[in-house]
Amino acid sequence: MRVGLVLTGLVLLVVVIGPFLAPHAHSDIIGAPFSPPSATALLGTDYLGEDVLSRVLAGGRSIVWISFVGTLVGVAVGAAIGMTAAYSGGVVDELLMRTMDVLRAFPPLVLILLLVSVARAESALMPLIVAIAWVPQVARVAYGAAKEVVGREFVESAEALGTPRMRIVRREILPNVMTPLMVDFGLRLTWSIGIVSAMSFLGVGLQPPAADWGLMIKENYQGLALQPWGVVVPVLCVAVFTFGTNLMTEGFARTVARVSPLEVTT
Amino acid sequence: MTLDRRPSSATGRLWLLRRVVFGMAVVLLGSVLVFAATQVLPGDPARAVLGHEATPERVAALRTELGLDRPLVAQYLAWLGGVLTGEPGHSLVTREPVGGLIGDRAVNSAVLVLVSAAVVVPLSVFVGAVAGRRRDRPFDRAVLVVTLGLTALPEFIIALLLVILLSTSVFPLLPGTVLLAPGQNPFGEPAQLVLPVTALVLGVLPYLARLVRGSVIDVYESEYVRTARLKGVPENVVLRRHVLRNALVPAVQGTALALAYLTGGVVVVEQVFNYPGLGSALVDAVNNRDFPVIQLICLVFAACYVAFNLLGDAMTVYVTPRLRTAGR
Repeated sequence: MRVGLVLTGLVLLVVVIGPFLAPHAHSDIIGAPFSPPSATALLGTDYLGEDVLSRVLAGGRSIVWISFVGTLVGVAVGAAIGMTAAYSGGVVDELLMRTMDVLRAFPPLVLILLLVSVARAESALMPLIVAIAWVPQVARVAYGAAKEVVGREFVESAEALGTPRMRIVRREILPNVMTPLMVDFGLRLTWSIGIVSAMSFLGVGLQPPAADWGLMIKENYQGLALQPWGVVVPVLCVAVFTFGTNLMTEGFARTVARVSPLEVTT
Repeated sequence: MTLDRRPSSATGRLWLLRRVVFGMAVVLLGSVLVFAATQVLPGDPARAVLGHEATPERVAALRTELGLDRPLVAQYLAWLGGVLTGEPGHSLVTREPVGGLIGDRAVNSAVLVLVSAAVVVPLSVFVGAVAGRRRDRPFDRAVLVVTLGLTALPEFIIALLLVILLSTSVFPLLPGTVLLAPGQNPFGEPAQLVLPVTALVLGVLPYLARLVRGSVIDVYESEYVRTARLKGVPENVVLRRHVLRNALVPAVQGTALALAYLTGGVVVVEQVFNYPGLGSALVDAVNNRDFPVIQLICLVFAACYVAFNLLGDAMTVYVTPRLRTAGR
C-alpha cells in the first residue's frame, strides 16, 4: 500500500508540476521527426519533431482528470441505481436491474466505442462516456451488497419510525455498502486509466495536437524501431500509474475492508 | 430452499431454458440499444458520412437511400430482419455488404480468443493449484507478486511492453505486427500469433490463477479433507479425489468468464498488433462512422459476451447441483 501511495504520488507530482518544468511547449516543433535523444530534446523528438519529454510532462493531466471524474460519476450513479433497486424491490427492482443487464451485455470497451461513434469524443464528453460504461457494473455490485442489508432490523425499525425512503437509502443502507463500493471505486479507477489511455491510443479519445500519453503511443508507434522513447516513456507512465492505484486498492481492501478485491467484482 | 435434496433434472432443464430465453431477450434488447444509439444521440449519420460541407440535397438523398426517412420502428425491424437473414446492409465507406466484410475478421478474432483460452485455462489451473497447495512458500509468493503486478496493467500496455521487449530493440525475437491477407488462415504464420496470444493470456492469467488458488486453499481447509486425512487417506489421493475435483468448480466457471473477458480484450490487442479481426474492424468503423458495420460488430460482441456469461452460469450450476434450485 505504501509503495502504491508513493508511485501514485510520483505520477500525480509529474502531472501537476510537470508542465511547468517542461523545456519546450508541448506542441512546438524543435527538430526533425524521430530524432534520437540530444541536449535540446533529452528523450528525442516524436513523429512531428515535437519534444517527447515536454509532451510526457504535459500528457498526464487529461488521463488523470478524465479517469477520476469518469469513475467517480460512474460509481455514484451506479451505486444509487443498485441501492434503489435493492431497497425498492418489485417492479422498480426488475426494471432497473434488467436495464443494467442489457447494458452489461456489451464488453465495456465495446460499449464505449458504440457511444463514441455517435457522440464524437470531445475531451469534455470522455468522463461521461467512461461513467456510462461503469454504471451497470457498479449497479450490480451495489445491488448485491445492499440486498444483504435491506432485510435487517435496523432498516425495518427505521421504516417503523416512518423515516422517508430516500433517507433510509442514504442513512441506513449507504454506510453499509460503502466499503465494497470504495474497493470497487479503486479497481475501476485503475481500469479507467487503462480505458482512457486506450481510447486515445485507438484514436477515439483525445485528438492531436493535444499532449496525452495514450495519444503519444498511437502517434509514435510507427517509429518504434527508429526512436523508441516516444512510445516507451508514455507506456511506462501509464504502467506505473495503474500499478500505483492498483497497489493502493489492494492495500485498502486488505487492511481496511478485509476482503479480496476478487470477491467484490466477481 | 432445501440444500440436501437434489432437484430433479426437470427443474435443472427448466432453469437452463429460462436462462437461455433471458439471455436471448438481453441480446434482443441490446440490438434495440445498438440501433437506438445511432438514432437518439445527437448527430445525423448521413451528415456524418458526408461531412459538414455537404449540400442539403445530397444529405437528403443519402437519407432516403439509407432509409432514414422512414419511421424508426420500421427502420429497426428492417435492420433486424436483415441481420437475422444474413443481409445486414452495406458499409457506408466501402459499399460492400457488411456480412462479407466482417466474416473473415470474425474467424480471425475467434481464432485469437480460442487459442488464448486454450492456453490460459490449463496454465491458470496448474499455476493456481500449485500455488494453493504450497501456500506461503516461495512459489506461491512469487505467483502472488507477479499476478498482482499483471492485474494492474491494462491489456494494451501489456501488449505494447511485449512488442517493445520482444520485437524491437531489446530482444528482436518475434514479429510485432501481424500481416494477414483477407481470408488467409491465421495458423499459416504461427509465429505471428505468439505475441497477441501472450498478451491476452497475461491479461486473463492473474484472475483465473488467483481464483483457482483461492478455491484450492478453501478445499484444503475444509472438513472433508481433514476427515479424509484423519482416515489415513494418502496425500496424493486427497489431492486427486477431493481437492482438485472441488477446486475445479471455479475453474470451470472461470473459463467462461475468461472467454467473456477475452472477447472484450481483443479490441485493443488486435489494434496493437494490427491483427485483422473484429476489434480492429470496429475501431476503423468507429473512426469512419460506418454505422452499419458498427451496429453489426457491437451486436456480435454482445451476443458472444452474453453467451459466454450464460455458459459460465450453466457450468457452475452443472457442477454444483444445489444451486439449481436457488433464485433466478
